[in-house]
Amino acid sequence: MTDARPAFIPSERQRALVARGIRRRRRAERRFQAYGIAAIVFAVSMLALLLVSVAGQGWSAFLQTNITLEVALPKDEIDPDGKGAAAIREANFQAIVEDALFRKLGVSGRDDERLAAKMISAGSDAILRDRVLADPALVGKTVTIALPAHSDIDMAWKGHIRRGAPEQDRVVKDRQFQWLDALAKAGAVHTGFNWRFFSLGDSNEPELAGILGALTGSAYTMLVTLLLCFPIGVAAAIYLEEYAPKNRLTDLIEVNINNLAAVPSIVFGLLGLAVFLNFFGLPRSAPLVGGMVLSLLVLPTIIIATRASFKSVPPSIREAAYGLGASKMQVILHHVLPLAMPGILTGTIIGMAHALGETAPLLMIGMKAFIAAPPVSPLDPATALPAQVFIWADKPERGFQEKTAAAILVLLVFLVMMNALAVYLRRKFERRW
Amino acid sequence: MKKAVTMAALCAAALVGQAHAQSRDQIRIVGSSTVYPFTTTVAERFAKAGKFKAPVVESTGTGGGMKLFCAGVGTQHPDLTNASRRMKKSEFDECGKNGVKDIFEIKVGFDGIAIAQSKTGPKFNLTLGQLWLALAKEVPEGNKDGGKLIPNPNKTWKDIDASFPAVKIEVLGPPPTSGTRDSFNELALEAGCDSFPSLKALAKSDAKKHKAVCQSIREDGAYVEAGENDNVIVQKLVANPNAVGVFGFSFLDQNKDKLYGHTINGIEPTFDTISSGKYPIARDMYVYVKKAHVGVVPGIAEFVAEYTASRAMGKRGYLVGKGLVPLPDDEFKKVNDAAKTMTNLSM
Repeated sequence: MTDARPAFIPSERQRALVARGIRRRRRAERRFQAYGIAAIVFAVSMLALLLVSVAGQGWSAFLQTNITLEVALPKDEIDPDGKGAAAIREANFQAIVEDALFRKLGVSGRDDERLAAKMISAGSDAILRDRVLADPALVGKTVTIALPAHSDIDMAWKGHIRRGAPEQDRVVKDRQFQWLDALAKAGAVHTGFNWRFFSLGDSNEPELAGILGALTGSAYTMLVTLLLCFPIGVAAAIYLEEYAPKNRLTDLIEVNINNLAAVPSIVFGLLGLAVFLNFFGLPRSAPLVGGMVLSLLVLPTIIIATRASFKSVPPSIREAAYGLGASKMQVILHHVLPLAMPGILTGTIIGMAHALGETAPLLMIGMKAFIAAPPVSPLDPATALPAQVFIWADKPERGFQEKTAAAILVLLVFLVMMNALAVYLRRKFERRW
Repeated sequence: MKKAVTMAALCAAALVGQAHAQSRDQIRIVGSSTVYPFTTTVAERFAKAGKFKAPVVESTGTGGGMKLFCAGVGTQHPDLTNASRRMKKSEFDECGKNGVKDIFEIKVGFDGIAIAQSKTGPKFNLTLGQLWLALAKEVPEGNKDGGKLIPNPNKTWKDIDASFPAVKIEVLGPPPTSGTRDSFNELALEAGCDSFPSLKALAKSDAKKHKAVCQSIREDGAYVEAGENDNVIVQKLVANPNAVGVFGFSFLDQNKDKLYGHTINGIEPTFDTISSGKYPIARDMYVYVKKAHVGVVPGIAEFVAEYTASRAMGKRGYLVGKGLVPLPDDEFKKVNDAAKTMTNLSM
């Protein structure tokens, strides 16, 4: 066979055609990448916008304006008969604090006094009382005490209320601004870290409202959720993946677990109301019930993630273990489960993060309520962080706007900490093969 | 793993058992969102005294609160419920059926519904009948009694009464989920509708149709549902001087510098006219106490005493600062006296 075909030599026109085609493909490639970059830029900038706006609104909630007063504690008004704590509890500290304030401001006359009384927090008398209760020797002396400013004054001092606006359009009146300036001149106004925000529960007064109740409520709820759904979820997944026979019934169960993952969360709330509260008679508003409801929500996520990570463990590992004579349980517990752990933890943390931000099911079981005292056990009434955000966002006072944003920040920090823990655990368990 | 599962199950079982046996040291209150701000304020003051834990107050709406309250006696049920209307006979019977027989009723005060407008907008003197003509879905032809019901043709206030300005009807009000809307439907719209004798007669012959005609609000854009947040309505009214807003009186009181309230049947909404019952769109607010829980849950008697004290719901009490329209003196004295003995509610 000598008549070999001559080598294909493309014509000028064909070559140009191919070059054009290549250029077009490269352009398409670059465009494809650009779409991806644009999507990332969009997502990141939206996230940045959210964080900046929330942090911008919320950071000032971590600061509180305090007014320092020298309060005289006359013995004949507080404890005339020397009865100690019982008498101190009954004493009218409201009048004592107001007297000190009026003296400091040089105020007299009923109208001025009423306006001036709104310079300091409505909880001032309780703060002073607790101080005296802690140290009864103070009775009869004069104490210098820093009291939180009323929320409106706090807002004005932080610059959220414009002085230029007509007087009738703002909550802080001209007289109050004059007093505030006079106090500042006398060095009695200080801005300090708002530790009350982290040590108190909810309140009707913005300057006394704290996040501790919601924070502990959320922590208990998450703890109950984790304790319930992690063992149950993993056990269910192991049985379904390793032992369950393949038949109609297990198919049905599998389909239902997948469906359960897509059920709207409010439905779980209704279930919790009907079963846990009405049938089992568990207490309303308790983090225990909240955790039980949320664990129903998280279970399918954990089961699906666990099964997927069991499947991804290389069969060679199982076979090697069987080859050495390990029983099925030993293979699972000693080899497959540890190797699947990083995947299981990822699934768990995604589910828990979802549960942390859930509000709807908690509304149904009464975890959106006015609860002043932070819970001390999972059976005490409590709110959760997202429910607290919801409650504060509804309030008319300007002071609660920054509290709302601050509560969102606390929620985000909580979430980041949970994720960090998961990343740490995952690193610890991770094996490479 | 198996061990962990059994442990978790045991833990859960133990907790459930504990919950059944648990007694409560904290008062639980449910009910109306209208009364909620007043009850939480009292709750906070009550706890501040340092003797008892702060009561837990949940806003469930009046009807929802009644259901929970009447479900039975025992610490798993709430001790008090807030209501922005009086307990119904059916609810009272339901309570009795579940063993909640001894109930004490506290009348806390009043809440008026204001029909308000920006100070820069037009001023009118409305009657409830005219208000109904402006908002109803169907009105009698020619806006006259006895006319055939036609879809509401009134576009401007002048269409309703020649003395009114030719300003487009634009009303911002609460959505159907709101308790304010329920009261508005009943006290304002139904009353306005009943000022037409032929429609009033309908109540006897066909109660269902009467309710549909009288309480249906037009859906052609003249009535805008402005959401549950009354603050938003206030802001929108300031921005649009021609719009009319419907919301709780306390918000009008707090924004007197920007808004005024329309007179209804010639009565201006003020603390006094609402308190005396002259202002027609006003409702009573109540708190109901389960007497079987007094002494079981600590602090209920003291909480009731704090609520009914003159420093709280009295004329110059701290609740007035939160927007409560207080009871007139003689009625306040009656409530205050009754609170000492907690006389049973009977229906």
